[in-house]
Amino acid sequence: MRTIDARTIVDKVAAMCIEANRELPSDVMAIFKDRQAGETSAAAKETYRQLIENAGISKDTGLPLCQDCGLAVFFVEVGEDLKVQGMGLTQAINQGMIQGYQDGFLRKSSCDPFSRKNTGDNSPSIIHYDLVPGDKLKIVMMAKGGGAENMSRVMMFAPAAGWKGIKEYIVKRVAESGSNPCPPIIVGVGIGGNFELAAINSKKALLRELDDTHPDPAVAKLEAELLIAINKLGIGPMGLGGNSTCLGVKIKTAPCHIASLPLAVNIQCHSSRHKEVEL
Amino acid sequence: MAEYHLKTPLTDADIEKLRSGDVVHLSGTIYTGRDAAHKRLSDSLDKGEPLPFDLKGALIYYVGPSPAPPGRPIGAAGPTTSYRMDTFAPRLHSLGLKGTIGKGMRSPEVKESLRKYKAAYFGATGGAGALLSLRIKTAKVIAYEDLGPEAIRELTVEDFPLLVINDCHGGELYAKPDLETALAD
Repeated sequence: MRTIDARTIVDKVAAMCIEANRELPSDVMAIFKDRQAGETSAAAKETYRQLIENAGISKDTGLPLCQDCGLAVFFVEVGEDLKVQGMGLTQAINQGMIQGYQDGFLRKSSCDPFSRKNTGDNSPSIIHYDLVPGDKLKIVMMAKGGGAENMSRVMMFAPAAGWKGIKEYIVKRVAESGSNPCPPIIVGVGIGGNFELAAINSKKALLRELDDTHPDPAVAKLEAELLIAINKLGIGPMGLGGNSTCLGVKIKTAPCHIASLPLAVNIQCHSSRHKEVEL
Repeated sequence: MAEYHLKTPLTDADIEKLRSGDVVHLSGTIYTGRDAAHKRLSDSLDKGEPLPFDLKGALIYYVGPSPAPPGRPIGAAGPTTSYRMDTFAPRLHSLGLKGTIGKGMRSPEVKESLRKYKAAYFGATGGAGALLSLRIKTAKVIAYEDLGPEAIRELTVEDFPLLVINDCHGGELYAKPDLETALAD
């Protein structure tokens, strides 16, 4: 049994919240440059120019990339042979998040659903745990803004809908979202599982590298097909028209009930802010 | 597409010359306001109370900035999605509001009110919060401080980079999604 001091977790989580909000992931920067070169419209090129300059300013000044520093979402893999000492793991993660959002001058965006009163410290974090073999602790932090999250949906299809129904639903969802979620977007798709698993998988799918290929060639083919279809919509960066509405489609599947075909579509904004640490 | 340097407050003449797609570099005073602040503005109007700023010729920027770090007037300050303020915009336009700044699509009712009351909807680049912050020279909370990031702030901006999305002549800049092509086999 390995033990880890909760203070280490608090400090790491605080730092990763700040970094996720200030540093554009390198795969995102690479794809911005690539798509900027491939765009034909001046407005689309200018949008990429501003986003690339924005990332530089954020790095130089410490201002967050975006004023919406998101709800703090964590995906945590906890080794079965690991014990946290000093405080509970959930408490340590939340304390680190609060510290990071305070010290990093990040916006606190969490509020009561009815009174709309801000909780004041961006708590509570939204934490998803997976128990895994071993004694490691892997924490992925995602700063998920409200604009793109609002465009996301869960749909419980009848099995007869099949891939055709799924594809049509996703393309229509992106079309209806238009310029709202800060395109060029990334589309996370959960297919199968049940109501909540599809949603969690659609968000987990967003954590993959933008330029990776799904290990299952059949799923990789569907991702490519969806990406092409979405980019034919012509929405373009910030809705100003162009051939790069979407930077990537990432699918995560799971077996489902014989009666169901669950689908979740989690829309992510262009900056895809996230950070990973292993302790 | 034309390029203009405009100063607040905006006049009918300023608005009438704008066409969707025009680039505007805006300087002067603008006011921040998003979901919760709009609810309060609306409640104040219902009760016949005065508003915290003069709507005549004014612009509202849909933004909830991040906290100002030491030495800066404001934190990151890019636009939030505008449709959530659609229910409030026509009434504010009828009282003299000349423009709103945000990102994303507006309702037919808002577009109609732009035509009726001579106003414009401007877009700023979503997710460029650090870049846009540098064009804001001063920021002061003038109402609803308890709302934190949603409080109303008076901002002084210099050459704030905007695009005219919807003008007062019915023009629309956003591309219409081509579903037919996208779903054709």
